[in-house]
Amino acid sequence: MVSRDYIRRREQRTGWLLMLPALLVLLLVYAFPILRAFWLSFFTENLSTNLEPVFSGLDNYGLMVGDGRFWQSMRNTAVFTLFTLFFELGLGLIIALALDQAFRGRGLARTIAILPWALPTALIALAWRWIFNTEFGVWNDMLMRLHLIGNPVNWLGEPFWAMVAVIAADVWKTTSFVAILLLAGLQSISQDLYEAHALDGASPWQSFRQITLPLIAPQIVITMLFRFAQSFGIFDLIQVMTGGGPGGATETVSIYIYAAVMRYLDFGYGAALVTVTFLVLVAVVALSWLYISRLRAKTE
Amino acid sequence: MTTVPQTIAPPQTPDRGIPWGRVLLWLAIAFTVTFSLTPVLWQVLTSFKINAAITQTPVVYLPGFDQLTLAHYVDLFRLNQFHVYMLNSALVAIVSTVLCLALGSPAAYALARLQIPGEQVILALVLVVTLFPYILLFLGLLELVRAFGLANNYLALIVPYTAINLPLTILVMRSFFQQLPKDLEDSARVDGYNTVQMLWRIVLPMTLPALVTTGILAFIFAWNEYLFALTFMTRESMKTIPVAAAQLGGTTLFEVPYGPLAAATVVGTLPLVLLVLFFQRRIVQGLTSGSVKG
Repeated sequence: MVSRDYIRRREQRTGWLLMLPALLVLLLVYAFPILRAFWLSFFTENLSTNLEPVFSGLDNYGLMVGDGRFWQSMRNTAVFTLFTLFFELGLGLIIALALDQAFRGRGLARTIAILPWALPTALIALAWRWIFNTEFGVWNDMLMRLHLIGNPVNWLGEPFWAMVAVIAADVWKTTSFVAILLLAGLQSISQDLYEAHALDGASPWQSFRQITLPLIAPQIVITMLFRFAQSFGIFDLIQVMTGGGPGGATETVSIYIYAAVMRYLDFGYGAALVTVTFLVLVAVVALSWLYISRLRAKTE
Repeated sequence: MTTVPQTIAPPQTPDRGIPWGRVLLWLAIAFTVTFSLTPVLWQVLTSFKINAAITQTPVVYLPGFDQLTLAHYVDLFRLNQFHVYMLNSALVAIVSTVLCLALGSPAAYALARLQIPGEQVILALVLVVTLFPYILLFLGLLELVRAFGLANNYLALIVPYTAINLPLTILVMRSFFQQLPKDLEDSARVDGYNTVQMLWRIVLPMTLPALVTTGILAFIFAWNEYLFALTFMTRESMKTIPVAAAQLGGTTLFEVPYGPLAAATVVGTLPLVLLVLFFQRRIVQGLTSGSVKG
């Protein structure tokens, strides 16, 4: 007779074998680059060292403290993230609420609503660059026809408007993702709750405040967490639309990291930038995680 | 409990006055549809306009027949080898999707069914990893690509694309396996199947729908990826669609090829538009079970 312990151990061994290939790939593509960046951040490896790593302790981090461009990129990233998340949550919630109702052609409306999310960001960036074109762009044309502006605005060429433009494009691209996830949350709320509440004389607005919002709060936080991470690391959209310009006005940390490595060939400094970005991200995620578990504990 | 001790609600007045709720709903729907479609449709329209109509001011919204052309599409394939970029994108996306399902599903099964010590830790790590932006990985991957001499080799994209889709695959497939009735597997065991045989003969056939769902998502992410493709593929014949399209304008300084750029956007997005049209339900299902139920 084989003992139960033996079967169990054999099952566990099979389990590890089944997981091994996936875990190895994940280690190679996720763990290695991040550990490697952490290690390399203590070395100077750029053109002045003939691209050979030379140990330099905390020099890279010291440079970063005094690097105005780094702080500017952090500020840009924060502004971009804050505004995109704000508008995506607002619009996403409206779209999700609409798509949750029963109406003719709902399937089609849902299909159309997820379209922006599914399309390649780099190509979408091209589309928006064209829309915001100064001379021939349709956005300027519409505003001028409506007499909202007298002369064409150089949307991608003025620091302030360039930031507005990339935020608008990102909101367009990712609101649908937020809407899909929030819609799933809305669908899990039982209709009975609303009916009972309506019988108590609550208005739709009151039901929204007292039933919908509290019940999808955890979903909102998780969705926003995902969006935060993606927004914080935004690269393709900005790279294609403005390249970080004009004059660094839309340069986010990702764009700066890419430039540090690929244009200035400063691998050590690039590694330090990666490390700091990683740590900021982890800190925010950890804090939200704490917040979510508190929220869950409260609702249960 | 808040104070809601109201008297019996008055019956809601139907048929009388304007149904504001309905009006509001249709406004929201109209907004959703317009918001989602307009930018794409504008690009489609631009791609069919002749150059003179593209650069005409004020902007031409309804071009006449003599202002329409297919020339921009012809240019893409004649002057710019877009068929090569399409093939590259398709190859990399399909191979990495298949690999990802092949590696991810067994792992998901192990995490769903076999009691493995440290299961929770592995799951948490897989979930956290989905939050990492690609820019954090590209420096280390660049060194790997150089060390293994993989620049301008499909593997330089296939391996990272497999990896970036693994977390989602593991999470979606795991939640699928958990819903699968366990009796089937138990009876298979009674019949003397070992774990691998049972997976192959009993579980896999039932898993096909979930594999399709996950595969579509993986394909979309791989097709759309830009940063790795931009960095690891520098030779013209190895480029993928997003990179090749974005670099179209870079060749000439004086004349921006608005028409071909628009056509390139349409060509590169068309496969995904078709995917969304046919698999909307599955995409939604996969996204929500992957990121929310976790």
